[in-house]
Amino acid sequence: MAKFKGRVWRFGDNVDTDQIIPAEYLTTGNPAELAEHAFAKVRPNFPSEVRKGDIIVGGCNFGSGSSREHAPRALMGAGISCVVAGSFARIFYRNSINIGLPLIQCVVDVEDGAVLEVDTDNGIILDADSGKEYGFSPLPAFLQELFDAGGLVNYVKRKMGV
Amino acid sequence: MNSDGMTMAEKILGRSSGRDVSAGALIITPVSFVFSHDGTMPLAIEQMENALGTRKVFDRGRVAGICDHASPSPSEDVSNVHSFMRTFARENGIDFYENGDGVCHQIVVERYAAPWKVVVGADSHTCTHGGLGAFATGMGSTDTAAVMVYGKTWMKVPETFRVNIDGRLPDMVPSKDVVLHVIGEIGADGAPYMSMEFVGSTVDNMSVESRLTMTNMAIEAGAKTGICAADEKARLFLEKYGRAGEYEEIKSDGNAVYADEINVDAAAVEPMIACPHRVDNVKPVSELEGLEVDQVCIGSCTNGRLEDLRTAAMILKNKRVSKDIRLIVYPASRSVLIEATKEGIIETLLKAGAAVCAPGCGFCIGRTVALGDGEKALSTQNRNFKGRMGNNKAEIYLCSPATAAASAVEGKVTDPRTAKQ
Repeated sequence: MAKFKGRVWRFGDNVDTDQIIPAEYLTTGNPAELAEHAFAKVRPNFPSEVRKGDIIVGGCNFGSGSSREHAPRALMGAGISCVVAGSFARIFYRNSINIGLPLIQCVVDVEDGAVLEVDTDNGIILDADSGKEYGFSPLPAFLQELFDAGGLVNYVKRKMGV
Repeated sequence: MNSDGMTMAEKILGRSSGRDVSAGALIITPVSFVFSHDGTMPLAIEQMENALGTRKVFDRGRVAGICDHASPSPSEDVSNVHSFMRTFARENGIDFYENGDGVCHQIVVERYAAPWKVVVGADSHTCTHGGLGAFATGMGSTDTAAVMVYGKTWMKVPETFRVNIDGRLPDMVPSKDVVLHVIGEIGADGAPYMSMEFVGSTVDNMSVESRLTMTNMAIEAGAKTGICAADEKARLFLEKYGRAGEYEEIKSDGNAVYADEINVDAAAVEPMIACPHRVDNVKPVSELEGLEVDQVCIGSCTNGRLEDLRTAAMILKNKRVSKDIRLIVYPASRSVLIEATKEGIIETLLKAGAAVCAPGCGFCIGRTVALGDGEKALSTQNRNFKGRMGNNKAEIYLCSPATAAASAVEGKVTDPRTAKQ
């Protein structure tokens, strides 16, 4: 449960994991190193201009393609506070919850550079410039528990009594 | 246990989790087999060690590592990754597949996957193994690390999208054209989080290899898995690899509940191509005939099997590929390469001008072969995302092995049904 305020990087539908982090960088799992190449081929200014707290807004089927967990790790390394999209591809969704990258399923009509305030407690996204509000549903209870535990690893440790 | 009205996914996950389940149920299930490769295994090992505090796998007979995504190693970074995996595999005594052994999914289908098994792989195309009647799905490295340590995972039992395929496919129109047609119809998120069941008389008459091509691409419609009934053909496939004892029939119940379905008249399917930069941007080959290409690739976890190479060799027999293109062939596994060599397929391909490479899948993601600026590739793989083959200024078109081979001869997109014999 959290609140985020950040500047928007706007993407379209079907953002795939090859765009987020190309396969040639899979030789490291380090989020900071991966962030140096995030979106580098499709938006070359992203790695140098992204700031801590920025928010990614996508269309439908965000994170489609490869199972590479390096994709949400690269976004976390870049300081992205959360990803808002109309829908998420399954493996990307699961990977993000597992490592603690907040994903919010919501269709939001904003452009690059807009500022959003995301309130996950109340399920509200506010467009700070226009004042427009968007509502979204919270995570299913099981996934919220997993996310609140700090991701899969802490959840498993807790369940196993480690 | 009441098994009336269940899909294959519900049956397998019900048995594995030990209770009656239907779509939507959250379960914790034991995993029959887990694997990862040189793109995802290093991070899984790091997560085991740093986060879960162990480097020991739950059962060394149920875990494997495969060097296929960048193999043979093209760089010192990759060689170091391979060494890291090798050390881990030796410590644990798990099966480890070296540079040149093949694509992870072909190795798993030959040696480990079987009907009713729950298979998890740190690769999105793990859905391939449903072609043998397994419940198989791809996950990320952290999920995979947890499975490698505990032998279990959580899953939501998926709804099922039924793909009914009936009738006789025309000559030179293999299962790749069917699955491209389906994805073009339903879209890249047409079966989100679902199990895609491929059923009908056309599937019954298909080889297991052809079924695997379709289940392989279920992820391209957003599905959790693809699955086919396991029948006598599945039994014979397992027998070929010395595993007939692992056969057990599975099929859906007649009154199973489906979330969605699509009907495909096999006789009306044409050769299809997925155009840049989306897998659901599908057009008939007839609309693209004459488009000049620079490179043709035959291989991958989608279409690098023996029957695929056999089709290519039949078309390329006593011919030369166009002088304007390169033909790159990656057999899917060592055993595929051995069989193709014995049948004379490899000699035919070599005489036609192909570069035949060591089994693996590095070409598909630009790790061992890359395209130049502005080039067009026609490939039998499953993804054509921008930059996938190592260059975001290149274009990738996806097609069947028949279309690829016919087009390689002409140097431009060619309908294999009308290719000069």
